[in-house]
Amino acid sequence: MSLEAVTTAITQVGLTLVAIAFLVVVLEGLLYLLLVRILRYRHAIPLMLVAPAAVGLAVLVVWPLLWELNVSFTKMSLRNFGDPGFLGLERGWFVGFENYGQVFSQPVLQLTGFWQLLGQTVLWTAANVTLHVLGGMALALLLHRQMRGKGIYRALIVLPWAIPQVIALLVWRTEYNYEYGAVNQLLGMIGVAPIQWLTEPVPNFVAMIITNVWLGIPFMMVIILGGLQSISSDYYEAAEVDGATSRQAFRNITLPLLRPVLTPAIILGTVWTFNNINVPFFINPNELETSDILVTAIFRQAFQYNRYGDAAAFAFVVFLLLLVFTVFYVRFTGSLKGAYE
Amino acid sequence: MSGPTVTPIPAVKSSGATARQGRRTDSRAKRLVIHALLTFAAIVALFPALRVLGVAMRPGNRILDSQFSLIPEGATFDAFRHVLFETDLPLWLFNSLVITTGTALVGLLIAATSAYAFARYKFPGRGLGLTLLLMTQLIPAAMLLVPLYILAVQFDVRDSFVGMVIALSVTSVPFSIWILRGYYETVPIELEEAAQIDGCSKLEAFWRVLLPLSTPALAIVFLFNFLAAWNDFFLPRILLSKEELLTWTLGLARFQQQFQTQWNDLAASAIMISIPVVALFLYSSKWLVSGVTAGGVKG
Repeated sequence: MSLEAVTTAITQVGLTLVAIAFLVVVLEGLLYLLLVRILRYRHAIPLMLVAPAAVGLAVLVVWPLLWELNVSFTKMSLRNFGDPGFLGLERGWFVGFENYGQVFSQPVLQLTGFWQLLGQTVLWTAANVTLHVLGGMALALLLHRQMRGKGIYRALIVLPWAIPQVIALLVWRTEYNYEYGAVNQLLGMIGVAPIQWLTEPVPNFVAMIITNVWLGIPFMMVIILGGLQSISSDYYEAAEVDGATSRQAFRNITLPLLRPVLTPAIILGTVWTFNNINVPFFINPNELETSDILVTAIFRQAFQYNRYGDAAAFAFVVFLLLLVFTVFYVRFTGSLKGAYE
Repeated sequence: MSGPTVTPIPAVKSSGATARQGRRTDSRAKRLVIHALLTFAAIVALFPALRVLGVAMRPGNRILDSQFSLIPEGATFDAFRHVLFETDLPLWLFNSLVITTGTALVGLLIAATSAYAFARYKFPGRGLGLTLLLMTQLIPAAMLLVPLYILAVQFDVRDSFVGMVIALSVTSVPFSIWILRGYYETVPIELEEAAQIDGCSKLEAFWRVLLPLSTPALAIVFLFNFLAAWNDFFLPRILLSKEELLTWTLGLARFQQQFQTQWNDLAASAIMISIPVVALFLYSSKWLVSGVTAGGVKG
């Protein structure tokens, strides 16, 4: 750890922060002059409060996305790299909607096309979210009682969520090693023949799901436990008086009253799993295309095959897909009702 | 990047004994079964961590061990000494710390003020703004990486922390705004009104009343921003390549490629990085009693 490297880091980050602060001051000053002094606008204050976030997101999210949209109409790649300008017209890179057509007509990766990737993504998302909810629900129900060691159980079970994901994934990846990994060694103890977790398509996909289920159950458990604790005991007492079995109480009290907590958690979980680039990237070191999902395919297309134009078009197709699904789901379940008052 | 790496610590309402807790009708046998199941779950959750500890303590001549054992023969702490003093790991950790602290501070300041506007003012574009903030959560990280990379090349901010700090600082902002807005709204507005009657301006009331009352939520949001940036892998992966500029996530992944067989180094680093993060996480999730998810997304 050299002094030079340390000072470089501090100077670069420090100067960047100073620059950001300076820009914010300039922005607020200009807005003050314009909105308060000149226009005397009555909503001046909230707009000034929102301005830094709005400008930051516009510059770092909206503008890059518009820029990506621009790139998606060009044949930008490693060979054609540089500022494409508007739609790549000046450089002769403009290809119209060709990239969008190719998403569906040609392999997105080397062999694998859009529909197979979509199938893999749906399978991946459905399996994970289902197992997350079932596992989280089971553990939450077990923990939701007066018992000794409850806090310790909870802290230990939450561990997979707390560990930095990159570390957890690097560890899991080594444990899937054919010869030296713990998974095969444990399987060997109960007489199961070792499995090629990292090189065979189906075992690799299963390995990805096992890992992600391990990672994701704690979140669901904590959410559901919070939901269970907010259900008033009166309902259960009334049910007991009426002679309801515990199964009936679960179906008719617990589940419906958990809905307001579960629905947003499931939406979030679905979006996160669909967009999960970490797990399929790390648990698939041999780059099996049968283990890729849509978002890892975007990453590979852009950064391994350097097909920027194709990747941009592909990314918009994937984003639209997710957007349509989410809007439909949110409307259908009404889960965000009242979020805006 | 935002998305899957940004994880909220949800509401844990610790008060109020409920039916199942109060009833105490569980038989002895049932209690035993429950303890057995929970112990099994805890072992599964803990197992990789235990394994890593064992691997980290393996002596050099036994790194590859096809025998399964949790604590190795001839256990040693050599690997810890090695990664601390003979690799670039401390520098990578320092880089991550500097970048992460900077971005988390910027993110918190920006989010705290915007959330106040969304919580306490009605203004044109408020509803649209909230919707757009939610929509940003749908953007796949991989999708934003493509333009950010090309823009970073064009503005020549690759292999510098300038691009990293700028790009990371806003990624957690939408989520932070939602959490803080939810929290602000649980604070009775009468408190601020009382301060205004006593002569504060509205913004002073925000600064002197609402912000101090929101310390727990602010701390949590800072922690989210911090952890999201701290654990980020893909942004540094596309922006940084020089050995001395790597963040720890990137350095660790490189460890595994370079020294394919040095599992004990990887394991020792993993432990040293995880312990503070896990401690921070468990500590904060305990005292977060307010309803984060209830505030963020009112069901």
